[in-house]
Amino acid sequence: MRDVAVVSFAQTKNVRRENRRNEVEMLIPVVQEAVEKSGVPKQEIGFYCSGSSDYLAGQSFSFVMAVDCLGAWPPIAESHVEMDGAWALYEAWIKIQCGEADSALIFSFGRSSPGVIRETLVLQLDPYTLAPLGADPVSLAALQARALLESTDHSEREMAEVAARNRSNAKNNPYAQLTGDFDVDELLAEPYFVSPLRKHDCAPISDGATAIVIAADDVARKASKKPAWIRGIDHRIESHQLGLRDLSQSTSTSLAGEKAGAIDIDVAELHAPFSHQELILRDALSLGDDVKINPSGGALAANSVMVAGLTRIGEAANAIWDGTARRALGHATSGPCLQQNLVCVLEGE
Amino acid sequence: MSEAKQPIKSIVTPSRLEYDFTPGIATTRFLRHMEEGRIVGQRCAECTKVYVPARGSCPRCGVATKEEVEVGPNGTVTTFCVVRVPSENIDLTLPYTAAHILLDGADIPFFALIQECDAADVRMGMRVEAVWAAKEEWGPTFENIRYFRPIDEPDVPFDDFKEHL
Repeated sequence: MRDVAVVSFAQTKNVRRENRRNEVEMLIPVVQEAVEKSGVPKQEIGFYCSGSSDYLAGQSFSFVMAVDCLGAWPPIAESHVEMDGAWALYEAWIKIQCGEADSALIFSFGRSSPGVIRETLVLQLDPYTLAPLGADPVSLAALQARALLESTDHSEREMAEVAARNRSNAKNNPYAQLTGDFDVDELLAEPYFVSPLRKHDCAPISDGATAIVIAADDVARKASKKPAWIRGIDHRIESHQLGLRDLSQSTSTSLAGEKAGAIDIDVAELHAPFSHQELILRDALSLGDDVKINPSGGALAANSVMVAGLTRIGEAANAIWDGTARRALGHATSGPCLQQNLVCVLEGE
Repeated sequence: MSEAKQPIKSIVTPSRLEYDFTPGIATTRFLRHMEEGRIVGQRCAECTKVYVPARGSCPRCGVATKEEVEVGPNGTVTTFCVVRVPSENIDLTLPYTAAHILLDGADIPFFALIQECDAADVRMGMRVEAVWAAKEEWGPTFENIRYFRPIDEPDVPFDDFKEHL
């Protein structure tokens, strides 16, 4: 195995509605910042990979247009996943492991604002039996939250505590969208949104973009004073059929964590767009009270779809770079109710 | 078992999503200029190429483009095809000519129709001009230009536009 490290991370501020710039205009400054910070000369970047969804843009092949932000001349080696950018990073990591590149730029972009995200995400469901019912992501998450509350010791108070802590942490994150100090008792006095979820249990709707550069071995050592080495990365998927899964647990996260070596973690950046999902993920990864969760505020403070998972890996690298963590974990999720999960373990020198 | 059931060959699951499209800063400016009857592109500060319509970046250099340059309204046919098959979306008399037209001052050609000219007479290097819709019909759209037609100017030698094919 080659040693591969995250050497830079850049992101836009997450906003409710970016309706001035198009995707390429959003991406250009982020991609440039990631390349500049990486220390890898742009012409030496060996592979490019992006994660996005045409369903968000409402435009076929929107990811091909996004290549306009890269300067693809002479022609570059490029790929795309219709998934969160964290999976684009996984593809780039494989590419580097195979010896086909020594460095890669990964980027993702997602604007939920052109459409109605609760309706758009319905189309990721089984088209014969679930999508025609209009089963929206908040309702499905509420089914999962109920399963968790009824089958474990977890409580609505804990969920409110998760929401309050993430948004309080996000006060230190200039890229976050929903930040501030919230009183747990006051949150619990709020009405239900989709029971047992209240508004505070749900992520904000965000537009944003993220870019990361990874590099192997001496390329990383030469480019960066403090490479955040990827010690393990793994992703696992569960059945598309929600009825076949125990929604109160995340077996795919547990397995991915085990394969990625998720032990002795100081900081974990968990991609949990709903508060109860953070509780499920912490259980799945056996993260104790000594692990600092989401110093960035996580997805409950900013949740650009297709972006928030890759951002978690970037924020985990930030924790290595600012000295908060020796070992940090970045997690990404995809699909309804934590269907698919990726765990990436980073370590400083 | 007298009657076998018919196989289910299809089901109908209607689905509709609506989007508010954001053209972006550069394309918005392009469309605003179109509304005034002007074709305006953007020049890359690094490679100096002029893009029209601009999307806010130089795809070759990967940098933002800012400087605006008015181009056209005359241009040169760089390549063309003669369409002899009908299409559901296009209400034109067959055959018709679709061409890549390099507007004067621009570095990339764009796709447009050529009319008021026999298809057999269209050729690479032919000089053409934009025919606009009536002014009162102008909006922020490319459709303000109805088509291009030949003008009485000598053909441009191939070497002068071969970089823009």
